[in-house]
Amino acid sequence: MNRDPKTMFTETPLVRSKFRQEAAAKWIFAGMAAAMIVPLLLILGYLVERAWPSLSLGFILDVPIRGMKEGGIWPAFVGTIYLVFISLAVSAPIGILAAVYLNEYAKDNWLNRIINLAVINLAGVPSIVHALFGLGAFVYAAKFGYSIISASLTLAIMTLPVIVASTREALASVPRSFREACWNVGATRWQTIQAIVLPNSISGILTGVILQVSRAAGETAPIMFTGAVFFKAVQKGDLFPYQLHEQCMALSMHLYTISTQVPGVKESIPFATAVVLLGLVLVVNAAAITLRVWLRNRKKW
Amino acid sequence: MTAEKHIEVQDLRLAYGTKEVIHGISFDIYRNEIFGVIGPAQSAKTSLLRCLNRTIDFSAEATVSGTVKVDGEDVRRVKDLYGLRRKIGMVAPLPVGLPISIYDNVAFAPRCAGMTRNGELDNIVEQCLRQAALWDEVKDRLDSLGTKLSGGQQQRLTIARALSHQPEILCLDEFSIAIDPVTTMRIEDVLKELRKNMTIILVTNLTQQARRLADRTMFLWNGEIIELDSNEVIFSDKTKDKRTYDYVMGIFG
Repeated sequence: MNRDPKTMFTETPLVRSKFRQEAAAKWIFAGMAAAMIVPLLLILGYLVERAWPSLSLGFILDVPIRGMKEGGIWPAFVGTIYLVFISLAVSAPIGILAAVYLNEYAKDNWLNRIINLAVINLAGVPSIVHALFGLGAFVYAAKFGYSIISASLTLAIMTLPVIVASTREALASVPRSFREACWNVGATRWQTIQAIVLPNSISGILTGVILQVSRAAGETAPIMFTGAVFFKAVQKGDLFPYQLHEQCMALSMHLYTISTQVPGVKESIPFATAVVLLGLVLVVNAAAITLRVWLRNRKKW
Repeated sequence: MTAEKHIEVQDLRLAYGTKEVIHGISFDIYRNEIFGVIGPAQSAKTSLLRCLNRTIDFSAEATVSGTVKVDGEDVRRVKDLYGLRRKIGMVAPLPVGLPISIYDNVAFAPRCAGMTRNGELDNIVEQCLRQAALWDEVKDRLDSLGTKLSGGQQQRLTIARALSHQPEILCLDEFSIAIDPVTTMRIEDVLKELRKNMTIILVTNLTQQARRLADRTMFLWNGEIIELDSNEVIFSDKTKDKRTYDYVMGIFG
């Protein structure tokens, strides 16, 4: 080390190369981070440009006409909302409660290790396999037939493990010292969960659930096997066109059929459908982010 | 001093996994005494306290043997575990303000025990905060968050919370490490007051604090009792074990 006060702070080749490496590293990392926006902008720009002739509020509210070659996408739009809402209404309570058990109550024994393993593996199962399972379990074995209920339950099974995992993560972010302080004054685990753990993890839990909306909305294979249909006659703007035991249309499925199965579709319609699907997902994600920011501002430590 | 036994510890052993940290210790704590516990780090002082109110149960790898009796009742056999924990007030070394209001921090334990009447809760909150020497600083902002207090204030809030369920035994684990000396002295005065209706276990690294407050002091080292005697003996040159004398005099440890 150079401790001579006259030359201590002058640049040496070592210092210069250190600065160069630092600058290079920063630019490389920043460049990669910036590259993340490029695909998104390209996709959005391309889609919106191609979809432009068809994009309007009427496109969402209208029903398809002339063998789906023209018109809007209302039946598919409503169908997707049905599927997402019902599947999450099933998977969110089960997933959250299961995660509370696993994180707050479960001891480290063989049964709980198996449950953990099951959760991790379920999350990794490809959606087409979920689709086959849903077909066997809900359509045939449970005799729900090809229906909204079968499709929703299949989507619920698919989203469940991810909800469990994200909820556990949110619960684990509450410091253990808070729990111990409660136990020390004679609170039961449930009293501790109610008073301290849930209020401080609810933002993370909700975010995890809402992010599954986009996943459920986008999946095609599971609903194609279990309840989504090619075409269904629906009144324009009808809010409740489907019964639970009926099949329904869905945006992802609709996009697939009009792009590949129907000849002579007006060119901009598949793109407009994709824009609506993407827009739906982005709106939900934006809502999730807003909710998280709002709840985090109320976070208390 | 009445010699009624409040806590009886018989051949207590505690192991985390295969590592034994308390090697079969036995001692009694009498009602209404201040019982000092001194000893260097890793001498299992905190683990000992956790055996008393059975929060050691939350460490999955811990195995306990031997008996701990509180009021003549074996803590491993008590029916109402939560009642046992309410009987023992516990102040942990690191301050923990719960992320709820100051009022709720103190009212939490009584509420968990089923007390709901607001008037009663108000009284308890004020009394406990006064005893913890915190009332004057927070009486105008009882609904602000416990986590927003300074470290020292949170420590006193922890003490107030430990008093809120009206315990018969108060365990203080290094309560003064986050508190300034003046406040420490105020709390020590409160402790002298509290001992009239409580048994106090004072775990401390400050040997002088044990000397000031305790009636008897136990020197714990590596999970064994080196010496347990009245303060006149422990803090004198008449100790039976030379290590006690050396530790108290600051020659080692």
